[in-house]
Amino acid sequence: MPAFIKSPKDFFAGLMFLAIAAVFAYGVRELPIGTAFRMGPGYFPLVLVLLLAVFGLIILIGGIRVPGQPIGAIPWRGIALVTLPVIFFGATLKGLGLIPALSITVFSTSLASRLWDLKTSIAITVVLVVFSWLVFVRGLGLPLSLYGPWVGGY
Amino acid sequence: MEFFSALSTNLAFGFDQALTGSNLFYCFIGVLLGTAIGVLPGLGPVATIAMLLPITFGLPPVSSLIMLAGIYYGAQYGGSTTAILINLPGESSSVVTAIDGYQLAKQGKAGQALFTAAVGSFFAGTVATFLIAGFAPPLAEVALKFGPAEYFALMVLGLAASVALAHGSLIKALAMVILGLLLGTIGQDLYTGTPRFTFGYSEFADGLDFVALAMGVFGLGEIIRNLEDERKRNIIVSRVRDMIPTKAEIKAIIGPILRGTALGSLLGILPGGGALLASFGAYTLEKRISKNRANFGKGAIEGVAAPEAANNAGAQTSFIPMLTLGIPSNPVMALMIGAMIIQGIVPGPNVITEKRELFWGIVASMWIGNFMLLVLNLPLIGMWVKLLTVPYRMLFPAIMAVCCIGVYSVSNNPVDVYAMAVFGVIGYAFIKLDCEPAPLLLGFVIGRLLEEYLRRAMLLSRGDPFVFFQRPISAVLLILAILALVIVLIPAVSKTREKAFHEETK
Repeated sequence: MPAFIKSPKDFFAGLMFLAIAAVFAYGVRELPIGTAFRMGPGYFPLVLVLLLAVFGLIILIGGIRVPGQPIGAIPWRGIALVTLPVIFFGATLKGLGLIPALSITVFSTSLASRLWDLKTSIAITVVLVVFSWLVFVRGLGLPLSLYGPWVGGY
Repeated sequence: MEFFSALSTNLAFGFDQALTGSNLFYCFIGVLLGTAIGVLPGLGPVATIAMLLPITFGLPPVSSLIMLAGIYYGAQYGGSTTAILINLPGESSSVVTAIDGYQLAKQGKAGQALFTAAVGSFFAGTVATFLIAGFAPPLAEVALKFGPAEYFALMVLGLAASVALAHGSLIKALAMVILGLLLGTIGQDLYTGTPRFTFGYSEFADGLDFVALAMGVFGLGEIIRNLEDERKRNIIVSRVRDMIPTKAEIKAIIGPILRGTALGSLLGILPGGGALLASFGAYTLEKRISKNRANFGKGAIEGVAAPEAANNAGAQTSFIPMLTLGIPSNPVMALMIGAMIIQGIVPGPNVITEKRELFWGIVASMWIGNFMLLVLNLPLIGMWVKLLTVPYRMLFPAIMAVCCIGVYSVSNNPVDVYAMAVFGVIGYAFIKLDCEPAPLLLGFVIGRLLEEYLRRAMLLSRGDPFVFFQRPISAVLLILAILALVIVLIPAVSKTREKAFHEETK
């Protein structure tokens, strides 16, 4: 961490807000602003972008001037094992069908726990797949095929 | 007298709605789920209601809102069980209950503490139900006279209050509200149909999916956070023996329950209020005025009675601004508004007259739900104690599975699933950087309406911004909004505020 940052939590929060404001500022460019009387589609967002940038800057400066807390270690493993299975689920649900897609998703996400063990993990997977089939497919009638075309289903 | 005859006609009509077989069933499911997630630490009503939103699409509006409401007040009952038995708040609004409740449990008085919590909650729930029935209709009538300027001012007040009551830094909470409003502008412009911030992707033309955002930030983000300091929970579940308190204890809890109910009802109505603020306020008040104050923190039954009555009262009265004005006072109410919009209902003062069966059905279901909860929580306490032993490593894959299937089923589109994953990471970043996500959700939900009223008000005033201060009601509301923010900035107040939130999160 560079020495000039006294409060990393505030510094990076400010940076985050500024970055988001920049993305939206890029998007506002192409919108007609209009006048206060007849506001165009860009008027309200522009005001918000400016406010967000100002607040972001104040937070960032605060992070440089006022000492605060460190951010701490980033749990990459947890982040990966929570988000990647979700993305996998979205990408494969149609192709694989509910049973294979959900089994892999649930099993792989259960690895995120530091108290992981194989037996519990398999048990949770089986219970959740059966539960989802009963509640979502049988009970609520969601149109999800159990086996998709990739594994010989339809 | 006319007031009471109208009230009883309306309540009778409401009970007709709520007492149908299917609505009773959904009310029961709601309070049962609410108690369960209230008991389970690491899973709260916001994440649960977000998870269940997609499932409610297929239900009739009355049933779906009855169920979702049941989850919120049901969680207030369940949260106290965990707080008392294992000194962990099952739900954030039970944090203060744990202080004295756990001490009582250690002294072998867990039964009495649980009894006090359940009876206090039931009493408060009953009073709050009548408060909603009595005060919501006149309030809605006043609101019907509101023009765009008043509405704009009211929403600004709601947002300002949510900022003032957010944890941590004021400026970060402000930034989060603005970010929420900004995220709400994604999609087609209401007046011209111009796509905004879609960056060429047609998937975003209808805006960001509310369910994906709420589930990502409050579901996945929380999971990543909870996994971070996962440890084996030492569960020393004290045996629950006699639940019936002694005469002296009954005498001791009557006052705190009455005061907790009154304060909780009041704090629930305030924009930014709800169960959390109510329980904290009631505990602080009781600690100040109780004759038994020396015993607070060492197992005072008053310290369980007051916050438990207050959090249930606050949970219920926070429905008043949501049902009458369409203004969410906390993230749960924001989700309820989302549920209404999904069902094609325009939130606002018209709901009471145009959707009479919905409004009175919900109100009546609250009393029925509270009664069910009393039965669920007193004789069946053993079942909930067992649930406490479910470890988090078995819980979070279940949350993930429900989130995945739920968000996909909104429009059978994988893009919503990806969006949820992205919001999960962002949500975790917010937590990590001490930016509380609640104001963001409020901003996101009312962003479109806020813009619409702003643009309409400015059209009517021909571009004169002073219109907001020339109309008396809107001027008062805006001044209150400014006051709410200024008061927090006063050093003395900001110090107590920090201390209060610190105590709360300890």
